[in-house]
Amino acid sequence: MSGHDHDHDHDHSELGEMDLRVRALESVLSEKGYIDPPALDALIETYTTRIGPRNGARVVARAWIDPNFHTWLLRDATAAIASLGYSGRQGEHMLAVENTPAQHNLVVCTLCSCYPWPVLGLPPTWYKSAPYRSRAVKDPRGVLAEFGVTLPASTAIRVWDSTAELRYLVLPQRPAGSESLDEEALAALVTRDSMIGTGLALEPS
Amino acid sequence: MSYVSHADLGGKSGFGPIVPEPEGEYFHAAWEPRAMALTVAMGATGSWNIDQSRAARETLPNYLQMSYYDIWFAALQKLLEERGLVLPDEIAAARVLHPPLAVPRVLQADNVAAVLATGASTERPTTAPARFAVGQVVRTNAGEVPHHTRLPGYVRGKCGVIERLHGTHVFADANANPMATGHPDKGQWLYTVVFDGADLWNDPASDVKVSIDAWEPYLTAA
Repeated sequence: MSGHDHDHDHDHSELGEMDLRVRALESVLSEKGYIDPPALDALIETYTTRIGPRNGARVVARAWIDPNFHTWLLRDATAAIASLGYSGRQGEHMLAVENTPAQHNLVVCTLCSCYPWPVLGLPPTWYKSAPYRSRAVKDPRGVLAEFGVTLPASTAIRVWDSTAELRYLVLPQRPAGSESLDEEALAALVTRDSMIGTGLALEPS
Repeated sequence: MSYVSHADLGGKSGFGPIVPEPEGEYFHAAWEPRAMALTVAMGATGSWNIDQSRAARETLPNYLQMSYYDIWFAALQKLLEERGLVLPDEIAAARVLHPPLAVPRVLQADNVAAVLATGASTERPTTAPARFAVGQVVRTNAGEVPHHTRLPGYVRGKCGVIERLHGTHVFADANANPMATGHPDKGQWLYTVVFDGADLWNDPASDVKVSIDAWEPYLTAA
């Protein structure tokens, strides 16, 4: 256990009040035996390098190229997503909602910050903040405009407020001109925002 | 004591523009990843459940003035103090002054991947038939709720249509206060209910549809 405490000690000069308070609580919880500090490092490492929106992008790309997976994803998203290795905390009960020319889907949690962690990772700050949470259910077209997205008037908007333990993944429309791309190239077109519904998949360059 | 949630934001105004954030930008201060990990690790001890942590956060008086990791950290301290796991004098002194209490489990580093991949299902055995069917019109409960709830204010007293049944799930209102109900894991039927924006916002021009996931006790036949 030699170096753990020193891993976070390198910039004393820049430590603010919150840094000190969080560090103090961590040492109290550790000394009381409630937490294993290396587990904190593992959690941070997991959510900054392994569990993030590239997982969801792989799900979307697979659904675009594999009709059987597409059908499975819309019928039982939890199982279909787990088959690619993504499951668990804050994604125990998944639903995939498909964007079409007739309907665009937008996901929000007006009551807190519910978000499908296994496929999208930690939510962006705006998703957890009052401007998005307050307006997504009332003025989704205005919200989309702030993200630079304008939909045809003929496209209906459906907003999903994640009020229980179901977690939503938007399946964006496959962009035109992507017919020849392989799964990996397709996944690169799938942005985090396109899987929340605040963006569209990128056009192939 | 009345219960006030400061987190029920749907339909409210005056919060300003949405601030975009690049993909992969997860934290904005050095303490935020530690606060995230402390919150997840203490949650994994089983000392409280997710609805109790939501209740601790949404009742913070300064909720709307705080950043989300500020909220998480303040609620973590509150949950620890309420259970006597860490006492206020220990937080003030930043050191241990009282013996630890037993916690159900401790998350170990080599168990993190497995615990995250497993999660905690909220589905429970169904013991009663669903009262509502797909396509049925229902009305949500109206008025204030004197405890943690997951029925947003903007849909209260409104009519919607049952779109989907999801089986029986742990009921948030009871889960937040298991001592009062005695049966935190009994569960209730869970439905997706769809509302017309025109009705929600009293705006005939609105063409938006909004859905919530609602447990059966939130609903009556309309």
